[in-house]
Amino acid sequence: MENSITRTSSITRKRKLKKPVETIMNVIFLICGLAAVVSVILISLYMVFSGAPAIAKIGPLKFLAGQIWNPEVNDFGILPLILSSVTATGLAILIAVPAALCAAIFLTHIAKKRVATVLLFLVELLAGIPSVVYGLLGAILIVPLVFKAQTALGMPMSGSLLSASIVLVIMILPTIISVSVASINTVPKQYNDVSLALGSSKMQSIMRAIIPAAKSGIVSGIVLGVGRAIGETMAVMMVAGNAPIMPELLKPARLLTVGISMEWAYSSGLHRDALYGIGLVLFVFIMIINILLSSILKKGNNTGNK
Amino acid sequence: MTKIITENLHLHYGENHALRGIDLNIHANKITALIGPSGCGKSTFLKTLNRMNDSVPNIKITGKVLLDGEDIYDSTVDVTKLRKKAGMVFQSPNPFPMSIYDNVAYGLRIHGIKKRVLIDEIVERSLQGAAIWDEVKDRLRTPALALSGGQQQRLCIARTLAVSPEAILMDEPTSALDPISTMKIEELMSELAKKYTVVIVTHNMQQAARISDYTAFFLLGEMIEYDKTNNIFAAPKDQRTENYITGRFG
Ligand SMILES: Nc1ncnc2c1ncn2[C@@H]1O[C@H](COP(=O)(O)OP(=O)(O)O)[C@@H](O)[C@H]1O
Ligand SMILES: [Mg+2]
Repeated sequence: MENSITRTSSITRKRKLKKPVETIMNVIFLICGLAAVVSVILISLYMVFSGAPAIAKIGPLKFLAGQIWNPEVNDFGILPLILSSVTATGLAILIAVPAALCAAIFLTHIAKKRVATVLLFLVELLAGIPSVVYGLLGAILIVPLVFKAQTALGMPMSGSLLSASIVLVIMILPTIISVSVASINTVPKQYNDVSLALGSSKMQSIMRAIIPAAKSGIVSGIVLGVGRAIGETMAVMMVAGNAPIMPELLKPARLLTVGISMEWAYSSGLHRDALYGIGLVLFVFIMIINILLSSILKKGNNTGNK
Repeated sequence: MTKIITENLHLHYGENHALRGIDLNIHANKITALIGPSGCGKSTFLKTLNRMNDSVPNIKITGKVLLDGEDIYDSTVDVTKLRKKAGMVFQSPNPFPMSIYDNVAYGLRIHGIKKRVLIDEIVERSLQGAAIWDEVKDRLRTPALALSGGQQQRLCIARTLAVSPEAILMDEPTSALDPISTMKIEELMSELAKKYTVVIVTHNMQQAARISDYTAFFLLGEMIEYDKTNNIFAAPKDQRTENYITGRFG
């Protein structure tokens, strides 16, 4: 038979090994990946090992549910700190999320192109400002306003939970707005056309077609903003008054983050260990919120593509 | 019976005179095909019929478009009602990133229908009307974007049918589809013409010849010839029409 194969070039590898460059790249990626995972695990372990002993020594219940924080007489109850953190960030999210959404819709679909470009530039600029500047802003502008309310109600003038929440709102707005705008802008224009062609108004197509299609991006923006709010220390410390009492809007409040940073420098012994304990609580708190938020995100998204 | 009439319809995109005095009578419950080389104004014309180009900057439209005798460019016209009456299907399949069910129900919810039973019923009827019910009835709650391109386009037709239009405007609805899906949609169109007035833009002359009752030939913003499809393809009156359908240009 005359069908012998004449081959000028072969497609099999000469040696068994893949190209060395590929192998090296694979190893580098593996190392980077491992480094990320390992450091997360190490941080978690460190938090637990440094925070848990103090909690055990003080007693978990006394620590988490205790209402008095007075290191001088070994009272280490952080319930006021936990509740203040929850209220301040919760309030900030409740105000900031709808406001940011409205702003993002305005910037993407209502404002004139030129106006939107300028405003968006400013918003992105704001997103990068260090938090201490927001603290200053709050101390100069917001705290005095709250003073007026306090005087009117016959309360002593002081930093307050309300001021802290407002500063947090202002601080996380730019983040949520700019991420939401980016995500709304990726929604295909067709969705808008289809919706209009079905007889919707402009607002209906924004609210029912465009925003749902941009939802996953918007939620990432919210997660980022919330993360920033929970972890914020400096700006809050400058306006919150920082007394470790149960949260009330117009009274001073100490958040978990502030609880650690305020006393860190001069703490020692059990006091210092208790601050590690607060760190652990904050860590768990942030974990819970992230898991909650991302599960809400997944849940709402199972009818569309990712 | 005439469903849509355009009289001396001119359209300018800024300096670009895209439609130059179109006079056309579109017959009810028939399929009217718009053919012509690309850029001749077919899509532009189609969009003037349900005012989808209203929001284009620097656009100027003069002349008349009468739908059931009413001038749709009159200032008293409610554009949302107009678009409900003259629905549109776009070139590429474009379901929303929602479930199949929610896609079809979208228009109903927009128009304020809330009763679950009623929505269920219309969704089923619309999917049947678009000849896709049997393929999706067991997975109405799954993402529409998981369907094939041809199924997605039929879903989009169902979405349009759901708001009970009287005319359906289709802009090259099969140009992004494979031959088998195209065939299914063509069969569907003949079915639709029994209940609806269908206007279809197509760059595919065989398609126009196969499915349409009337054909209008556009060239450079003008309508050159309009007649029964058989006449246009068998005995075109204008030399330019003949050149186009015999493939001598375009
Ligand atoms: N939104 C628009 N803005 C400006 N010019 C447009 C727009 N849409 C179409 N045109 C112009 O109008 C002419 C007709 O376009 P079109 O109706 O899309 O043609 P066809 O659908 O027949 O290919 C073309 O010259 C095109 O460039
Ligand atoms: Mg076109």
